[in-house]
Amino acid sequence: MAIKLESKIPDGPVEQAWDKHRFDMKLVNPANKRKYSVIVVGSGLAGGAASATLAELGYNVSCFCYQDSPRRAHSIAAQGGINAAKNYQNDGDSIHRLFYDTVKGGDYRAREANVHRLAQISVNIIDQAVAMGVPFAREYGGTLANRSFGGAQVSRTFYARGQTGQQLLLGAYQALERQIGLGKVKMYPRHEMLDLIVIDGRARGIVTRDMVTGKVASHVADAVVLGTGGYGNVFYLSTNAKGCNVTSIWRAYKKGAALANPCYTQIHPTCIPVSGDHQSKLTLMSESLRNDGRIWVPLKKGDTRRPDQIPEAERDYYLERKYPRFGNLVPRDVASRNAKQVCDEGRGVGETGLGVYLDFADAIKRLTEGGVRERYGNLFDMYERITDENPYKVPMRIFPAIHYTMGGTWVDYNLMSTLPGLHVIGEANFSDHGANRLGASALMQGLADGYFILPYTIGDYLARTKLDKITPDHPECKKVEAEVNGQTKKLLGIGGKRTVDSFHRELGKLLWEKCGMARNKAGLTEAIEKIPSIREEFWQNVKVLGGGEELNQSLEKAGRVADFLEFGELMCRDALHREESCGGHFREEYQTPEGEALRNDDDFAYVAAWEYAGEGKAPILNKEALEFHAVHLTQRSYK
Amino acid sequence: MNIKLHVWRQKNGADAGKIVDYDAPDISPDMSFLEMLDVVNERLITKGEDPIAFDHDCREGICGMCGMMINGTPHGPRKATTACQLHMRSFKDGDEIWIEPWRASAFPVVKDLVVNRGAFDRIIAAGGFVSVPAGSPPDGNAIPVPKMNADLAMDAAACIGCGACVAACPNGSAMLFTSAKVAHLARLPQGQPERDTRALRMVNQMDAEGFGGCTNVGECEAACPKEITLENIALMNRDYIKATAVYRKERAGGD
Repeated sequence: MAIKLESKIPDGPVEQAWDKHRFDMKLVNPANKRKYSVIVVGSGLAGGAASATLAELGYNVSCFCYQDSPRRAHSIAAQGGINAAKNYQNDGDSIHRLFYDTVKGGDYRAREANVHRLAQISVNIIDQAVAMGVPFAREYGGTLANRSFGGAQVSRTFYARGQTGQQLLLGAYQALERQIGLGKVKMYPRHEMLDLIVIDGRARGIVTRDMVTGKVASHVADAVVLGTGGYGNVFYLSTNAKGCNVTSIWRAYKKGAALANPCYTQIHPTCIPVSGDHQSKLTLMSESLRNDGRIWVPLKKGDTRRPDQIPEAERDYYLERKYPRFGNLVPRDVASRNAKQVCDEGRGVGETGLGVYLDFADAIKRLTEGGVRERYGNLFDMYERITDENPYKVPMRIFPAIHYTMGGTWVDYNLMSTLPGLHVIGEANFSDHGANRLGASALMQGLADGYFILPYTIGDYLARTKLDKITPDHPECKKVEAEVNGQTKKLLGIGGKRTVDSFHRELGKLLWEKCGMARNKAGLTEAIEKIPSIREEFWQNVKVLGGGEELNQSLEKAGRVADFLEFGELMCRDALHREESCGGHFREEYQTPEGEALRNDDDFAYVAAWEYAGEGKAPILNKEALEFHAVHLTQRSYK
Repeated sequence: MNIKLHVWRQKNGADAGKIVDYDAPDISPDMSFLEMLDVVNERLITKGEDPIAFDHDCREGICGMCGMMINGTPHGPRKATTACQLHMRSFKDGDEIWIEPWRASAFPVVKDLVVNRGAFDRIIAAGGFVSVPAGSPPDGNAIPVPKMNADLAMDAAACIGCGACVAACPNGSAMLFTSAKVAHLARLPQGQPERDTRALRMVNQMDAEGFGGCTNVGECEAACPKEITLENIALMNRDYIKATAVYRKERAGGD
C-alpha cells in the first residue's frame, strides 16, 4: 500500500511560512525537556550541531559516530565556504536572491518553502558560528570577508582559508564536547548503527555494533535522528571519506522511511584525476579555485604538447566561450558535463585523456604568486603532494568526481521521515538542493538543520505524541539484535574467494559508467540487470576474515557494501524512471540542441519517494508534486 | 617498486604485540602510503591472513584519523604531510619501512596501528569551547577581529587532532594539541570571557589523562602535519600562570 506523503508545508506565502510555523508549533516546557531522550546518529555539521543544541535545550541526547572521535565526521573536509544572505558586500544580495539562486541552481526540483527557510536561517548561522569563535577570514578593518562561488553573481560565501568545513565542524564539535562534559550528551564513538528499532509504528531506537569489542546492543529513546551524510561511496571512488556509507538510511528505508530522488548525485567538476587501479578515493580541489583559475583544453584533438607549448590561439577556454556571463563560475553540473564532453571529443589532457587544465597563469600575473598563495595556498600544496606537479608553474589537471548526493530520506517540512519519530537531517535527507546543489550550500544546510530547525520541530513532535516507556529488553529490540547478529555470522561464514573491496570496486565502476555523469535507458536497464548478480555473488563468494567480537575492519566494510549493493539498484531504477534531465541527473535522451539538460516539468515536477515493498519486490513509487509560487520555472541558462 | 615492511601487529589491548615482516612487491610510486597498505591488505586477505588494522577516513589530510609511526617519524618523512597524503614516491625501490602505532601511555593500542585518542576529546570537553548556546548571537560584523588576530587564530585552529605531537614527544606530552585550542580561542574576542578558566581546566585535564610535561624539545612542532607552532605553548603557559594567580587551583573544576 502506498504511503501518504504529507509535506506539512505551512499555508500562505513562502516568506512567512517559517515564522508562522514556529508560532504554530507546540512547545515542550523547560522542566519537561529533561524527561525526553533523543538518539542522534552522526556527528557532522548536522548531527553534531543537533546533538549540542538539543542538549543545550535540556533534552538527554545519545550521539553515535563510527569514527574514533566526533570531530572526524566528513563535514570536516569541506573546503570552500558557507553561503549566507548577509549582503555585507553591498552587491545586491538578499534572502530572496539566495532563495531564488538555490531553487534555480537545483533545477526546480526542490521544495520552495524549505529553500526559503534555508536562506532565511543562513544569516543566523554566520552569527552563531562567529560567536562560537569560528575563525572566518577577515578584512583589514576587522569585518568578515566574502568571496563569490560557483553559480552565484554575488559574493556571499564566508570562508576560513580552504578549511571552512573543518572550522565549522570544530565549532559544532566544541559545543558538543561542552555538553558531553556537562553530562547532557552521552557520546558513543566507534559505534556503527546497524539497524533501526520500530515499535508501534514509531522509530524508538537503534541497534549498534561497538566496533572495538563487537558487542551488539540496543539503544532506545523517544525520537531518533539520522545525520549520517551522503551515499556517494556507492560509486566506490568519490570525494567522500572511506567510511561514508548508506547503511543507516537504507536500514531505515527497509523499516518504512521512504527514500527520495536517489538518482540526484552531484559530480564535482574540480577533482584530481585518477592515477591508477590502486586509487582508493578522489580528492577535491575547492571550487573556489574557479574564481581565479581558467579552464581550458587544446583546440585540436590528441594534442600531446606540454601546456606551455600550446599557444593562446590553440587553446579552448570552453566555459568562457560557451557561457560568457558566468564563464568559469557556471554551476557544478554544467561545468562537469562540459568537461566530460571535451574529453569525449578526444581533447582531454594528461596520460589518461580524462582531465582538463585549470590554469592560474593569468591569476598569478594579476595577483602575483604571493596573492594566489594567500587565497589558495593549502590547496596548491595538497595538489602538489598528490600529483608531484607544481601548480604555480604547470596548470592543474582536474576531472569531475562524485562529491555529494542530493537524494536521501524523504522528510516533511519538520524534517521527519515517513516513519513517525525518525528525523533525518543534513546530506542524509533529500530536501533542499533539488537536483543539483550550489557550492557552499551544504554547510549551510547541515547547520541550518542542526542548529535551527530540528531543535524546534522535534519538540513539536514530542509535545504532540504520547510515547510509552520502552527499555532495551523490549522483544522488538531483541529481535532486531538477533537479525544484526545473524547478518554478522552470515558474512563471517561465507568463506569465499573475493575481498569486500573487489565487489565494491565492481559495483562502483558499473554505476559510474551507467549511472554517472550521463545516463541512458539502455545503460540503466543493463545496470539493473547486472547488480543483482553481483549481489548474489557477494553473498556466496565474499571473504571476510576474523571474528565478530573484535575490531574487524573487513566486517565493517562488508556490511556497508552489502547495503550499497541493494541501494545501487534503487538509484538506477530512479534514474531510469525519471525521463528528463535535471541538474545532476543527465539523461542523454533529454537534452536541448546545445546539449543542456532538458527538464520535463509537465510530467516530472515531483519528488520521487520510493517505498520498500519487501524482499524481492519492486519498490513502490510515491510522488510529491512540487509547486512553485514565488519562483517561475525557466530553462536554466548561464550563457 | 618493491618494499619490505616491518609492521607492528597486536591483536588487542591485552596482547603483547610484535613486529611482523611483509614483502610488498609491485608498488606504484603514485600510490598514497595508505593505498600501499590497502594493496598489502588485499593480498593478505586473499592468502587468508588477518589484514593490518589502521585508522583512516577522509584520506585528504584533514580528518586527523590516520596516524602511524613510519620509520620512527609520525606520518613519515614528508614535512607537513599526513600519512594519507604521503605518497610512495617519497621512498625508493628496495626500501625497508617500519610501521608502528603512536606510542604514548595516554593513547592505548586498540589493535595493530589503531590507538584510542579519547583523551583528546576529554581535554576539549574540559574547556576547549566558547559557552554560547545556539540562539540569538549578535550580528557577525558586530564583533570585529583584526585580520592579524584572525589569521593567528586560524593558524592554531588548523590542528587536526591526529596525535602526532604526542607520539613525537619523548615525554608523551599533549601540550601542542592543548595549546593550539587555547591559543585559537585566546586570539579572538569571543574567547576572552572564559580565557582563564579554559587554560586552567584544559591543562588540568591534560595532566589527569597521563600526558607528560613539555621540556621544549620541539619534536611536536617538527612532526605536526599542520605546522602548529611552539609559540602556542608559550601562550598557553602565560595564560595558565595568569589564571592560577587569579583562580585558586581548587576552583579550576568549578564554575
